[in-house]
Amino acid sequence: MTITLAHYVVLSALLFAIGIIGILTRRNAIGILMSLELLFNAAAINMVAFSKYLTPSEIYGDIFTIFIIAIAAAESVLGLAIILAMFRKRETVNADEMNIMKY
Amino acid sequence: MEQLNVLGLAIPALPLLAFLLITAITAKKKMLSAVLSISCIFASFLISVYLLILQLKAGHGASYEFSFPWLFLGDVKMSLGILINPLTTVMLIVVTTVSMLVQIYSIGYMKGDYAFSRFFSYISLFSFSMLGIVVANNLIQMYIFWELVGLCSYLLIGFWWFKPEAAEASKKAFIVTRFGDFGFLVGILILSYITGTFNFAEIQAQINAGLISPGLLTVIALLLFSGAVGKSAQFPLHVWLPDAMEGPTPVSALIHAATMVAAGVFMVARLFGIFSASPHAMLVIAYLGGFTAIFAATIALTQNDIKRVLAFSTLSQLGYMMLAMGIGGYTSGMFHLTTHAFFKALLFLGAGSVIHAVHTNDIQLMGGLHKKMPITSITFLIASLSIAGIFPLSGFWSKDEILVNIMESGHMGLYYVAAATAFLTAFYMFRLYLMTFTGKPRDAHAYEHAHESPLTMTVPLMILAVLSIVTGFAGIPGKEQSFYNFLFFGAHPHETHFNMGVALSSSAIAVSGIALALLMYAFGLIKPEAVKNASGPLYKLSYNKYYIDEIYMFFIKNGFFVIASAVKWFDRHVVDGAVNLVAFLCRWAGSKLRLTVNGGVQSYALIIFGGLVFIAAVFAVWNPDALKLLGGR
Repeated sequence: MTITLAHYVVLSALLFAIGIIGILTRRNAIGILMSLELLFNAAAINMVAFSKYLTPSEIYGDIFTIFIIAIAAAESVLGLAIILAMFRKRETVNADEMNIMKY
Repeated sequence: MEQLNVLGLAIPALPLLAFLLITAITAKKKMLSAVLSISCIFASFLISVYLLILQLKAGHGASYEFSFPWLFLGDVKMSLGILINPLTTVMLIVVTTVSMLVQIYSIGYMKGDYAFSRFFSYISLFSFSMLGIVVANNLIQMYIFWELVGLCSYLLIGFWWFKPEAAEASKKAFIVTRFGDFGFLVGILILSYITGTFNFAEIQAQINAGLISPGLLTVIALLLFSGAVGKSAQFPLHVWLPDAMEGPTPVSALIHAATMVAAGVFMVARLFGIFSASPHAMLVIAYLGGFTAIFAATIALTQNDIKRVLAFSTLSQLGYMMLAMGIGGYTSGMFHLTTHAFFKALLFLGAGSVIHAVHTNDIQLMGGLHKKMPITSITFLIASLSIAGIFPLSGFWSKDEILVNIMESGHMGLYYVAAATAFLTAFYMFRLYLMTFTGKPRDAHAYEHAHESPLTMTVPLMILAVLSIVTGFAGIPGKEQSFYNFLFFGAHPHETHFNMGVALSSSAIAVSGIALALLMYAFGLIKPEAVKNASGPLYKLSYNKYYIDEIYMFFIKNGFFVIASAVKWFDRHVVDGAVNLVAFLCRWAGSKLRLTVNGGVQSYALIIFGGLVFIAAVFAVWNPDALKLLGGR
């Protein structure tokens, strides 16, 4: 069985779905942040796969993936910093208790 | 001819300059404002005289025109320009002369008024607008200045805005003339839509070529005439002019006697080619003019306010001019306009002099003023004789020529109306004169304080008196270089001849009118009270101006206000209701939707993700090719 583009796409979609479910259901803010990383990785897999199958002679997708990894790292830093600040203030990382962003 | 461009533009531009300078710079310095205003109009006057001389040298038919483009709206081209022909020069002389004399007079009359400079700035603005009408060479320019004089009239009637009557009168004048102006504008638009131009000469050429059907031409002519009905205060729209007397008297003399109200007659003269091409419209003009003439004269008989008598007299004389125009007496109508401008301005200024002296408008409180103010009295007498049509004063020549014209046109009914009006005119003018200047003083207090006016007021009176005498000689029929050989419409001068029968009968009519007034008010042989009682309801009808104002008020209250309140209800409840409904729905929806914003970070994320899926789904359904992308290739 040869591995086609569809396989990669399905893998990426599954990863993305797991990430989304994690974001929406995890109580722990750290867990949400980790789920977020899955989303980035799902996107990165897509990039590389499409790059390989649609434009084999170019490396645009690969370069883009490197950018995504860099951005993901920066995002993690920001996210962790926010969670740390929240923790210091409210002594919890429970997302349900972070509910002051409303009318 | 370059110089004519500059001169033609300078005539209206100079008063405009005076207006701007007074408003911007000299408002605080009263005398300087007056001097500025008068010197500018004097310069315009000199240029007008120069143009008249040029025109006389050039002879009839010489007309000079130039225009420059002003506004392009799609296919519609509008230009501004000047047209100098005999009609223009005659009117220029009338306007600048009267305006100048009235302004000199105003120095004395308005002395001590808190808004002395403002008065002169408005008068200058008015002179600018009026001269703009006169020199206009196209309809749209004429209409612009036409509205500007209406504005100036409004500003000057309401000059003493703190008097409620003056404020009311200014509004009334503006709104009533608006009815006429609306018709005028519609007429202009229809005419320009058909002919594709606003220019007088080009329109005339198309009419001469018979490009406009007679029925349509009649409609256009009547619409245009409705503008003249409003401005010249002809019958159904005459109600504003008597009330306009609330303004300062020099304003009444300039705007509401000599110039602006004559603009309607001038407009008919300017567009005579359009009117004369439609016999039906001409007939309407003639009969409406004749009716206004006698209608207003009968009201003037019983009024006791010195200015109101003159106002109704003005209405009547304007009717006379319209009547002349309507039966084709282009030249005699314009000639009467000219002579009337001088003697009616004189009458108003004389009345102003009297009011200045006794501080009342009511002639029942005057009497015997001749001894106190001889110059005013004598000049007033000259003007009264002139308007009554006594040989050889100017009114005689112009009125006679109109009568001859009417007789030759064969409308004998109109002839009798005009003759009867002449009789009434002579009577009410001498009633006014005798009650004001002769007899015993009826109010001792006012009489004690009465005094002759200062020179700034009496000199213009004297100049106007001279003009009231001599202007008539310009129009002696049959003379080689007369008014009639200078100003005429069409290819050759109107045949004018001196009709001895008409002259004698009109003189007899005038003398009998004066004699009746003498019998009643000087010798007391016929008691005015007895006449009043004998005429009973007729007197009341005349005294109350035929209740026209009350009738209008009735219709406004019962018609206009009912419609207006229905429209108001519709606006308040339906139009405003629709707007309010939208606002209410937004607020209601907002108050419900805000509950979904609960502060939970993950619920926000869910909404964002759901939205994304929704957009993707819509995109996929709307554009199936997007699905193919997933399958590659």
